[in-house]
Amino acid sequence: MNVQNSINERIQHIVDSNDVVLFMKGIAKIPQCGFSAKVAQILNVIGANYKDINVLEDSDIREGIKTFSNWPTIPQLYVKGEFVGGCDIVREMYEQGELQDLFEQKGLSIKSNKTKI
Amino acid sequence: MPMESSEVKELIKSAIPDAEVTIKDLTGDGNHYSAHVISSAFKNKSRVQQHQLVYSAFNGRMVTPYMHLH
Repeated sequence: MNVQNSINERIQHIVDSNDVVLFMKGIAKIPQCGFSAKVAQILNVIGANYKDINVLEDSDIREGIKTFSNWPTIPQLYVKGEFVGGCDIVREMYEQGELQDLFEQKGLSIKSNKTKI
Repeated sequence: MPMESSEVKELIKSAIPDAEVTIKDLTGDGNHYSAHVISSAFKNKSRVQQHQLVYSAFNGRMVTPYMHLH
């Protein structure tokens, strides 16, 4: 089995076993990149529970995730195993209320009011 | 490797034939463009799938696409 396959399996397992996963630089409490911090902040504001994966601690995941999702940048947000997007997309979705709708459609609890930051 | 805006447009249209493409040169260095793309191909596609469709037009010629598509 080639390296990318085994990394893909590791990533698949992570996104399958957690409702919401944020692959980011740093951790939710101490983000180490502005884009990662922005997505973590949005998830915190809407009151979403999520698993943070610090790609800085795992170079296989840091590179492998880009092939896995066919998306070249970090952060990457996954909801119920589906790739939602990076910082730009998550921010746009949040501003349009689409992110909150997605969570509700997937039966994931979030704060009800669509607060702005 | 810098690119002409016409080439950016052509690449997008080759991948999405019915696309209406408006290119804005953000910095004048041939490396930073914003593309406004309208196409029926985006119908029923999530935001990230729409971005990936446009991104695929560049098949690897784009290092870090910060795309802002509507």
